[in-house]
Amino acid sequence: MNVVRRVGLALLAPAIALVVAAIISAFVILAIGEDPLVALRELVNFGDNSASQMQAVAVILNRAIPLFLAGLAVSIGFRMGLFNIGVEGQYRLATIMAAWVGTAVVLPRPVQLLLIIVVAMAVGAIWAGIAGILKVTRGVSEVISTIMLNFIAIGLASYLLTGPFRGTPEGSLTVATEDLPESGRLPGLNGVMASLGLAEPRSELYGFLIPAIVVGVLVAILVKRTRFGFDLKASGLNPTAATASGVNARAMVVKAMLLSGALAGLIGLPDLVGDTYHYGTEFTSGLGFLGIAVALLGRNNPLGIAFGALLFGFLDRAALSLQFAGIPSQVVTIIQGTIVLAVVIANEVARRIAIRQAERTGANLPTARPAAGEQQATVVQ
Amino acid sequence: MRRTRGLSLAAALLVGSLTLAACAEDSSNTDPDEPGGGAAPTSEVSDVRVGLAFDVGGEGDKSFNDSAVAGLELAIEEFGITEQRVSPNDDGSNRAELLSQLAEQGFNPVIAVGFAYDEVIATVAADFPDTTFAQVDGSNAVFDGTSKGPNHTGLLFAEEQGSFLAGVAAALKSQTGTIGFVGGVEIGLIQKFEAGYVAGATAVNPDIVVDVQYISPAGDFSGFGDPARGKILAQGMYDGGADIVYHAAGGSGLGVFQAASESGTLAIGVDSDQYETIGDPALQEVIMTSMLKRVDVAVSEFISAFIDGTVEGGTDIIYDLSVDGVGLSTSGGQIDDIQADIDGFKQQIIDGEITVPTTP
Repeated sequence: MNVVRRVGLALLAPAIALVVAAIISAFVILAIGEDPLVALRELVNFGDNSASQMQAVAVILNRAIPLFLAGLAVSIGFRMGLFNIGVEGQYRLATIMAAWVGTAVVLPRPVQLLLIIVVAMAVGAIWAGIAGILKVTRGVSEVISTIMLNFIAIGLASYLLTGPFRGTPEGSLTVATEDLPESGRLPGLNGVMASLGLAEPRSELYGFLIPAIVVGVLVAILVKRTRFGFDLKASGLNPTAATASGVNARAMVVKAMLLSGALAGLIGLPDLVGDTYHYGTEFTSGLGFLGIAVALLGRNNPLGIAFGALLFGFLDRAALSLQFAGIPSQVVTIIQGTIVLAVVIANEVARRIAIRQAERTGANLPTARPAAGEQQATVVQ
Repeated sequence: MRRTRGLSLAAALLVGSLTLAACAEDSSNTDPDEPGGGAAPTSEVSDVRVGLAFDVGGEGDKSFNDSAVAGLELAIEEFGITEQRVSPNDDGSNRAELLSQLAEQGFNPVIAVGFAYDEVIATVAADFPDTTFAQVDGSNAVFDGTSKGPNHTGLLFAEEQGSFLAGVAAALKSQTGTIGFVGGVEIGLIQKFEAGYVAGATAVNPDIVVDVQYISPAGDFSGFGDPARGKILAQGMYDGGADIVYHAAGGSGLGVFQAASESGTLAIGVDSDQYETIGDPALQEVIMTSMLKRVDVAVSEFISAFIDGTVEGGTDIIYDLSVDGVGLSTSGGQIDDIQADIDGFKQQIIDGEITVPTTP
């Protein structure tokens, strides 16, 4: 009973938050003189034939995959009370290094892809690790150091791109690294969809969907079923108690940052190995910051993050359809922002209700305490 | 009691969402597939539907993108076409999807504004061979020797030639012998502006000092939309003795004008006639001239050619000084006294006596 109730409360809070966000967004759309129902229709209108519906699904998934990885990366830090704002710089630097290594060698496809993935994860981990080491040795707040490292990473990536890694000739307007060889490209999943009897979308569904799911499962196991995950959470909730019970808090900070950075390194890969095959001036930026919102939406839970990423992907797809209906696409940004705010507030309210109920029944404090990121999130917001 | 309230709340929500869903169902049944919300034709009615795709943060920049809008509006007035304008999301990740949807929904021609479409437009053009594409600032030729397709036309501008004249004007007007250049992002396109400007200034005064700064490095496009940093850079140049600063920094140019206004110096605008578009009398005073890039002419001429069926495709149309595709604005009358000199240089460029460099 208690468990059912707790799970219900946990699900009810985001559900209410979504409805509240929908209502607020509806008022915003009304205020700019548009019809919220038209907006709603465009949100859910995937087209009238199966090909365009599958295309909408592919667009949503292709957007959700990097967001999911970004959310995972941020959530690892959150779980231990670390705010890794540097995911942005970590994935940009990781992607350009991976793109360069991927063009420098030609190996059999599985080996080449593995190499690209390992390089990306290693670069992301090293870049995040700097902030971790600064924190444990010099007491530098990771919030400050990761923000600063973002500037350095973006500048460094820009230098590498326009200098040693440049693959486009001087004078061309866009600058990019050389394209990955065939063996560095991950085929899409359209063939698989066709063999399942589904209509093939116009764009290729990223093959990186499968590694992303594997990574999600591994992270879920790691944080929920291992000693490391327990230590992570314990250090986040109460560092003093964790230290007293034998957790090396300093080592945990570095480990958490390394893991967070390694996951961040993956963010650019779906695009890199599945679509653009190079890193360039037009490479999608800002995913690291969106990852913070996605992690908050998902309450640092891998399944929740998957849901948050899909929700963002779903809303993002509508940005185009809305414009065709004459509604500015910025509406989507407003909806996304409102949802994140509403979810954070709802989670906090739900937590307080849970505590109060637990106190009233005289039971111990609820075991399902929120993860560290949410407490921090209220400060950040 | 508590539980009942929770239940009824849940029920209310459920009902609410069902009603909303039903409404959505209704409205999609009643007006199926209404065409894109374009402006109503004003004069003669044409069945041409033009899709215009901006770049990130495009519409409303009072400069480059709005110039494309002006061209589109001219075409609407003239031909009564239907139009659909779309912008990509903030990180530009859906540029390909955006062009594809325009083509899929039957918009033809589809005009992409900005070189940022370079990465995707060739693929989309190949996917929709029956749609005519044009790209402002994007050449039909790709650096690896291939083309973006027979149904793609590049609308290019000789920014370096217009910037050369801006450099001439700045050098002629400068009292201190020091002038400045603020670029938005350090990429090839903006370096064309810099190269022309420096060449023009040196042609007038070989000893002139040109202070060149960029707001952000390649790969970080914030430099086109950051007036605060534009202002800091320009302020530094004015403090360092420059009395005229030319900006090629999109929305960041506002900061350059503010810095000029505060230090009682002059600035040169870009792309549109910013004297007319800035909308603030205090800032108007400091805009000595603007380097015009007639995106409006290119867009309206392309639509007109499409309607006449004379679009060649698979090639570039170059707007340079000889066709007044670039040039200097004269609003405000601040360069009237040196107009003869400017025209002299202009003629030399047109005649090929001066070749303006495109890279610094």
